[in-house]
Amino acid sequence: MILNDTIVALATPSGAGAIAVIRLSGPEAITICSTFFKSIHNKDLSKQKTHTIHLGHIIENNKTLDEVLVSIFKNPHSYTGENVIEISCHGSIFIQQEIIQLFLRNGCRMANAGEFTLRAFLNGKLDLSQAEAVADLIASDNEASHQIAMQQMRGGFSSEIAKLREELLNFASLIELELDFAEEDVEFADRTQFKDLVNRIVFVLKRLIDSFAVGNVIKNGIPVAIVGEPNVGKSTLLNALLNEERAIVSEIAGTTRDTIEDEIVIGGIGFRFIDTAGIRETVDVVESIGIKKTFEKIEQAQVVVYLFDAEQFKTDSEKFIVEIEKIKNKYPLKPLVVIANKVDKLSNTEVETLKATINNLHLLSAKTGVGVEELKEKLLGFVNTGALRNNETIVTNSRHYDALQKAFEEVTKVKYGLESSLSGDLLAIDIRQALYHFGEITGEITSDDLLGNIFANFCIGK
Amino acid sequence: MFNEVYDVIVVGAGHAGSEAAAAAANMGSKTLLITMNLQNIAQMSCNPAMGGIAKGQIVREIDALGGYSGIVSDTSAIQFKMLNKSKGPAMWSPRVQSDRMRFAEDWRLLLEQTKNLDFYQEMVSGLLVENHKVVGVKTSLGVEIKAKSVVLTNGTFLNGLIHIGDKNFGGGRAGEKAATGITEQLVQLGFESGRMKTGTPPRVDGRSLDFSKMLEQPGDVNPEKFSYLDITKPLSKQRSCHMSYTSEKVHDLLREGFDRSPMFNGRIKSLGPRYCPSIEDKINRFADKDRHQLFVEPEGWNTVEYYINGFSTSLPEDVQFKALRSVAGFENVKFFRPGYAIEYDYFPPTQLKHTLETKLVEGLYFAGQINGTTGYEEAASQGLMAGINASLKVSEKDPFTLQRDEAYIGVLIDDLITKGTEEPYRMFTSRAEYRTLLRQDNADLRLTPKGFELGLASEKRLKRMEEKHEQAAKFVQFFRETSVQPEEANPVLESKNSALVKQSDKMFKLYSRPNITIEDVRKFEAVENYIQENNLDNEVIEQTEIQVKYAGYIAKEKLNADKLNRLEYVKIPENFDYSQIKSMSLEAREKLKNIQPTSIAQASRISGVSPNDISVLLVYMGR
Repeated sequence: MILNDTIVALATPSGAGAIAVIRLSGPEAITICSTFFKSIHNKDLSKQKTHTIHLGHIIENNKTLDEVLVSIFKNPHSYTGENVIEISCHGSIFIQQEIIQLFLRNGCRMANAGEFTLRAFLNGKLDLSQAEAVADLIASDNEASHQIAMQQMRGGFSSEIAKLREELLNFASLIELELDFAEEDVEFADRTQFKDLVNRIVFVLKRLIDSFAVGNVIKNGIPVAIVGEPNVGKSTLLNALLNEERAIVSEIAGTTRDTIEDEIVIGGIGFRFIDTAGIRETVDVVESIGIKKTFEKIEQAQVVVYLFDAEQFKTDSEKFIVEIEKIKNKYPLKPLVVIANKVDKLSNTEVETLKATINNLHLLSAKTGVGVEELKEKLLGFVNTGALRNNETIVTNSRHYDALQKAFEEVTKVKYGLESSLSGDLLAIDIRQALYHFGEITGEITSDDLLGNIFANFCIGK
Repeated sequence: MFNEVYDVIVVGAGHAGSEAAAAAANMGSKTLLITMNLQNIAQMSCNPAMGGIAKGQIVREIDALGGYSGIVSDTSAIQFKMLNKSKGPAMWSPRVQSDRMRFAEDWRLLLEQTKNLDFYQEMVSGLLVENHKVVGVKTSLGVEIKAKSVVLTNGTFLNGLIHIGDKNFGGGRAGEKAATGITEQLVQLGFESGRMKTGTPPRVDGRSLDFSKMLEQPGDVNPEKFSYLDITKPLSKQRSCHMSYTSEKVHDLLREGFDRSPMFNGRIKSLGPRYCPSIEDKINRFADKDRHQLFVEPEGWNTVEYYINGFSTSLPEDVQFKALRSVAGFENVKFFRPGYAIEYDYFPPTQLKHTLETKLVEGLYFAGQINGTTGYEEAASQGLMAGINASLKVSEKDPFTLQRDEAYIGVLIDDLITKGTEEPYRMFTSRAEYRTLLRQDNADLRLTPKGFELGLASEKRLKRMEEKHEQAAKFVQFFRETSVQPEEANPVLESKNSALVKQSDKMFKLYSRPNITIEDVRKFEAVENYIQENNLDNEVIEQTEIQVKYAGYIAKEKLNADKLNRLEYVKIPENFDYSQIKSMSLEAREKLKNIQPTSIAQASRISGVSPNDISVLLVYMGR
């Protein structure tokens, strides 16, 4: 591990923008920058105070590369805990590259992915869960997950756990007191109060654990399986949703050529649309493999969209109805939206017939935009965003989820132990395990904590 | 007078020194025990009792390894109690009240019968050190005695200062003088030293007490014992203790002396144990409590002297006397001697390795209160480990250490050398992460094979252990395999308000129920027959019961211990340069540099080293 070198990288997204920020971090960051920076007030950069901004030019061999603003953060009062320079330059790719290349030629090394955050972590500026939140923050491409990551980075989540841990620690000290000082004149812990406390902890843990599902959905997007024939208008539908939102579409290649995912952000929530082949009955071997795959996709999805061509319905209605029934029977609990596309091509009476044949049919014309807005609302309706709106803590990190889950199991055991009047030393095994799992989120627990607590609060000793 | 070179010299003959000398000599090392007064070997300077919660487990561990403390505790006991019997087996803690004089006598006689062990009475005033290696000791008369290793067990004697009220004088124990010279020399050699404080209550004349005003506290109806060997027997008769209480009036009388208390007027600067506070400390810190317990403990079978446990104090003797006379039953009390506080030198134990050898001077070992601990049991176990390791070192064998999941002794030493201690360190069960594994009933299973391998535990000990655990394992198997019919089971279950069975069920399942005990299952004919046919003793039956009823918890703790052990196996190279890790807090780097932990797990136990620091360290160790 090399930490004594100076690294440089573009801190803003790659590509052209109004401005770009180039970041340097390491012991030589200020010195290197000062060599090529000429302040308009002729200030020597290396003699400036931390947390100051300076206007000037980046100059190499008398050639001015750009007019820039340079921010100085001195060790340890910076993001990474090292000397940090942030250069706000004009956003052309050419200028960005020229400046970065200049520093690379003069003692800097290109930063590896995540290296600024790694340094921040290694220098003790972030704890593990904060560092993870930073990674989430960088990766978050929708409003809701951004909000969670921000909250987590500010420590909102671990402070809630820390509070629980402290209450449980008090509980544990009382139990230990009974055990280690049984001969002495100590008041025994009130089991009724304990039960209340444990119930409360169980409740909070349960809420946090449940929030993981919501959090995960917000972070990773909600998988939506689109079932329909290839020419039924799936891409037109996606584009219709897209154009409305002007969101970013990313293409993720799946395991097989025919699995394409499109992510679309609707109302701050990411939806991952998974294309599938149809589920038509067939004797063809190759096709039946495809059908099996379709069902796998439906299995994984949280919402199923069944899309068919309204025009084709006139001739093939039997087939569509059979397929819809099949999905309903197989996944009775999964939200299903049945969409008739291309309704613009139908007459009013034909539309009425269609609606009468299929319950809860969603009429849509991707081409004219009819029904697109309603579809968005329908999709959003499937998402429980209540927790987010109420500004509650949401768990999104699977490591935390895991720890909470384990803590929950242990606390539940404590609860049953209390109900069956289990001896304190056996209760303590489960309590300690629960504390250990809390510690995985907030930091370690030692038995010293327990004893310290005891000595501070109780008169013991002969 | 001393021409030969000893393998091991043990300085001090308290609980640590006596065990150290016995261990080294029994392992075949030529050993010399030097003490200032050979009449005072293995003195109980404080209360006349051995064992207690967590401490009793330590005594059992010492015995399982082949030390003497368990045997002596048995032969000198006047009362036995298994504490915490209402709780799980990990909490069962044996304790005896001891005949103070007999305890010391029995220890001395055992040591006299130990081969390879010489005795000498003198004050050691310094060490002979060459090139950071100890080569012997020097006495106050100027005698030099050569040795390959030295174990220091000076107790409270190093620059000991006794306080009673506003008077103070040098002394190592009431009536004995302090030892000087060693601290000064060690500091010169680069050791860090500190001061600690402890205290003791008044001893009184039992003939002046009115026991009818106190609560009698008899021993157990079925007393057990410490030693796993059958050479000692459980007590057939016992002496009772008594209990009384202080009152507001007593507290007021004590408060009158506060201005002359060395605790409060700043004369005593060092820290005493929080869990063993003086009576003045108790009424000062916990002013809302209107009374405190006092335990009136006989000092032996025949003596009239009594120890007033709970009344430890360094207030002026007239204040002690006046206050105690206001306690119920003490109206006419006569003092044998007043309580006092004592300050003494110790050496922060972070200067030691896991073997209790000092990092600075090769071949030099510390054990007992010199390491900042308190308690006979803690001292004795360190003495045993130091004696073992000194002996192993001179015979050029691998060192012997115990893990935290193997013994309280392992927890004790790892805590000391890893965390150090600010106050006199006493063992508690809560210090052990895996106390369900560290039970008093299985210390033999845990440690006797190790003791045997060291040459300390006899073959007889090993055989007894193996036999006991084999019999228990078979008996457990019997419960797993044998079914009981509803006709036989239900009357027993009904009497315990336990759910009835509809069809025949394995006995193991019924026995596992929380409120079903051995007495209940013995009502099943097959069980009673099995016990009779195999002639099972109580120890085997108890062992079986623990393994049936607590199997789940024991398995769980074992799993957790194994998980932690993974970090124990991530070793940190010797002399690892922490200064290169700029990413750690300065405090963590300093601490790690001083303590030089051998594994990531040990590093994580150092106070001031955060989980973040450990993550960083793991990155550096390539994990």
